[in-house]
Amino acid sequence: MFENLSYLALQQYWWIIVSLLASLLVFLMFVQGGQTLFGQLSKTEKEKSLLINSIGRRWDVTFTTLVTFGGAFFASFPLFYSTSFGGAYWVWMIILFSFIIQAVSYEYRSKANNFLGQKTYDTFLFINGIMATILIGIAVGTFFTGSEFSVDKLNITNPADPVISRWETATHGLEAILNITNLSLGLAIFFLSRVLAGLYFINNIDNDTIVKKTAKQVKLCAIPFLVFFLLFVGSILTKEGFAVNPDTKEVFMEKFKYLHNLIEMPIVLIMFLTGVVGVFYGIFIGAFKTSTKGFWYSGAGTVLTVLAAFMLAGFNNTAFYPSTYDLQSSLTIQNASSSQYTLTAMSYVSLLVPFVIAYIWYAWKSLNKKKVSDDDIREDDMAY
Amino acid sequence: MENFDMSLVDWSRAQFALTAIYHWIFVPLTLGLSFIIAFMHTKYYKTKADKWKNTTKFWMKIFGINFAIGVATGIILEFEFGTNWSNYSWIVGDIFGAPLAIEGILAFFLESTFIAVMFFGWDRVSKKFHMLSSWFVAIGSNLSALWILVANAWMQNPVGMQFNPDTARNEMVDFWEILLSPTAIYKFLHTITNGYVVASLFVIGISAWFILKGRHLEFAKRSMQIAAIFGLVASLVLVYTGDGSAYCTAKDQPMKLAAMEGLYEGGNEQGLVTVALPTPCKKYGDDKNDYLFAVKIPYLLSYLATRNFDGYVPGVNNIIDGDKKHGIVSVEERMENGKIAINALKEYKTSEDKIVKDKALETFRENYKHFGYGFLPDKEAAIPNVPLTFYSFHIMVGLGFYFIMLFAVILFFSIKQTIDKKKIWLKIALWSIPLGFIASELGWVVAEVGRQPWTIQDILPTMASTSHLSVSSVQTTFWLFTVLFTVLLIAEIKIMIHQIKLGPKEERS
Ligand code: HDD
Ligand code: HEM
Ligand code: HEM
Repeated sequence: MFENLSYLALQQYWWIIVSLLASLLVFLMFVQGGQTLFGQLSKTEKEKSLLINSIGRRWDVTFTTLVTFGGAFFASFPLFYSTSFGGAYWVWMIILFSFIIQAVSYEYRSKANNFLGQKTYDTFLFINGIMATILIGIAVGTFFTGSEFSVDKLNITNPADPVISRWETATHGLEAILNITNLSLGLAIFFLSRVLAGLYFINNIDNDTIVKKTAKQVKLCAIPFLVFFLLFVGSILTKEGFAVNPDTKEVFMEKFKYLHNLIEMPIVLIMFLTGVVGVFYGIFIGAFKTSTKGFWYSGAGTVLTVLAAFMLAGFNNTAFYPSTYDLQSSLTIQNASSSQYTLTAMSYVSLLVPFVIAYIWYAWKSLNKKKVSDDDIREDDMAY
Repeated sequence: MENFDMSLVDWSRAQFALTAIYHWIFVPLTLGLSFIIAFMHTKYYKTKADKWKNTTKFWMKIFGINFAIGVATGIILEFEFGTNWSNYSWIVGDIFGAPLAIEGILAFFLESTFIAVMFFGWDRVSKKFHMLSSWFVAIGSNLSALWILVANAWMQNPVGMQFNPDTARNEMVDFWEILLSPTAIYKFLHTITNGYVVASLFVIGISAWFILKGRHLEFAKRSMQIAAIFGLVASLVLVYTGDGSAYCTAKDQPMKLAAMEGLYEGGNEQGLVTVALPTPCKKYGDDKNDYLFAVKIPYLLSYLATRNFDGYVPGVNNIIDGDKKHGIVSVEERMENGKIAINALKEYKTSEDKIVKDKALETFRENYKHFGYGFLPDKEAAIPNVPLTFYSFHIMVGLGFYFIMLFAVILFFSIKQTIDKKKIWLKIALWSIPLGFIASELGWVVAEVGRQPWTIQDILPTMASTSHLSVSSVQTTFWLFTVLFTVLLIAEIKIMIHQIKLGPKEERS
């Protein structure tokens, strides 16, 4: 069946899959948000352990989504993989380091004789919560603001210096932090992850004091989230964007490019608006009525919003990974993708994704039949 | 070549080797222990006996401690292809990326989802679903091994692809050829059985310790017997598939095979080296003997490499100098042809004239099989580190036979119910735990060091695979990884030893 699709259709299909993984990742980073709230929301060790165990059963899914996002991006758009990871070296390395220290922390924090002590592991979780959310946001921001790199495939014919993609700043990605648009996306995602984490606790924890405290915290984080989110959206919708001439493939600057994209792709507009409404509706019922459903509304809203943002960056003749150093080096879903054969083969594999989501859902539900409570943790010798 | 910065390549290699070696401390145990746990869990499901529940839970805890750090070290490897081997990621990403993506979709989610059920499902999900979860974890982790090993095997024996001069990269033309290449199949089977052997040695060793201390005797014997059966079967398959791997190596990577055997002067009717001392500082082209002393089994190397007792096996010198009679093109000639291919590609990409372009393309295709040689600075660069490959290989193989013997002995005494009296064997079993890990790491040293200078055999050398980074950046991350992973390893070992000392629940008072 995928054999009949055009090359462009396959590229678009894979852009949607990569975008979907990215938006699931942003949603699932409620785990990271939660890691920055453990201290704030608990007074006693018991309360803290409740919070940690509630989120701790989920960290793996977020982590695996990140890994799969990386793998899928590599397979479908390898030029992005080599350009961005090899170029913005330091941003990605810091992100990765923060995930390395996360991965051991849940399992090791409460084990006897753990060498570094519980405090250190909890600090690791806190660091990961801050770094991962903000830096991933910043990295995604560069999809709209661009980076300084060049791509020249002829380099491979020069044995003395055969590297195809080069980063043109010595800071290797760290410069992206200084850009206000990138930074506001990073902070928006940071506060969003805390909001989502709060809604998750409300959904998941059986303890009145914590739920009350959490509801208050959700309201507090919703405000900066709104501010930074609007700042980001305002800035990309009013700025020049990186457009591609569909015939010559030439990249050029177009005024209000992303605004145009939004208007020219009504489905994306609808997705975006539904997503935003979903997020805020979830916050409202979660924070003001401590409804357990808030998490799901905000979560689904997050997925839709991020998905829409990726569509804006990649579709409608737009360069999704623009170069401000050399416009023509910018990556588009057409010039950065794998071959038609690979995309076709991979597309068959992608048919398994709904099945994967279904079993994750099933497993998640069967573990969550009852909320997490103190008794629960006391009885469970596997608890974190 | 003057301005080519070798130290960047070396530091990138060092970093990759470091992180891969760390990852590989934890992975074999995951691969094997997950199955051992699934067996035990099934026993519990069938017998409903608490002793099996406690046995399962004990090993599960150990598994969890190991798994967490396995995941922590794994994520960095995947992204390192982009961060440190970016040129590689473009030139072969069309083929190499696919297994990594499939791994995530098919394997990692299976593993991580059901690990949560396995750990936290005890009274939350049905007993059957819970038991099946243990199996899903085992299948998931072994599936993840499949895909990464398919990717690695493809680097050793690049099949199912073609170079596309317009995009300047290799593109996949046959998915099944990549998945079903004999190199991939042997590699997969050899590596997962290696995991089962390591895990069996681990379980047997710890059980032996309990018996020596006179604690948890029943638990220890139960565990030991399961592991001995599993280990014995696995180690037989391990040797069989090791032989298959060596046969593939002989065919596709003759230089690696020569290095594994320390063979400089090849020929027909070659004997297999069992125990030997290769001449120190022996170099290509000098007239020193290959070995100071060597015990060889006549004809066996020829047979293993070619399935023929008088088969021809080339040594390092033969491969470098070429051997017309056996169809071996000398490295110097291949370097020439490689340069021709590179220049033809350049011409193809820069010329506007269709005739010139077509001609260039034809020249390029004719010489493509030597492409990677065009990047080598001199012919000696085609030789890997021979002593390292030789010793790693021989220690691995020696240990392989030793493990078979050990499993057989332990199983024998287990069945005879006299194992608790065999103090010596129990001590040997305990001290054999690290040997499993050593053999396993050495196997990778053979595979990876032996294939130098290639990342993709004959097509892309390491020096053309890197990212455009400053040496100091890579040095910095190298040291950060060294410190971080070492600290985490110490933490892991301390936690694990403590958990083991606590013992299983049954007799804890
Ligand atoms: C417990 C560990 C262990 C043991 C006892 C053995 N191996 Fe092994 N071997 C591995 C663990 C391993 C490994 C770590 O799994 C490797 C590394 C790369 C790979 O494919 O498997 C490997 C690689 C490897 C290779 C290189 C494959 C390549 O270049 O890609 C060969 C030729 C052999 N093995 C052959 C053998 C033989 C003939 C053995 C006979 C007893 C043996 N191995 C025992
Ligand atoms: C150098 C290439 C490798 C890469 C890029 C890589 C990547 C990864 C990643 C990203 C993870 C974390 C997965 C998660 O989120 O759950 C992981 C874990 C794992 N990897 Fe690797 N890996 C490599 C080598 C290997 C090899 C050679 C094998 C097996 C033969 C293997 C088997 C596993 C298994 C079983 C796990 C589960 C965790 C654990 O073992 O503790 N990996 N790997
Ligand atoms: C987990 C088990 C593995 C271990 C212990 C291991 C070990 C090593 C070592 C020692 C080197 C350095 C060789 C040298 O520079 O002389 C190396 C390099 C490398 N390995 Fe592996 N390796 C493993 C698995 C893999 C897998 C599964 C892949 C690919 C799928 C892979 C890809 C590479 C690459 C790209 C390099 C760098 C380039 C090079 O030096 O050849 N490795 N590895």
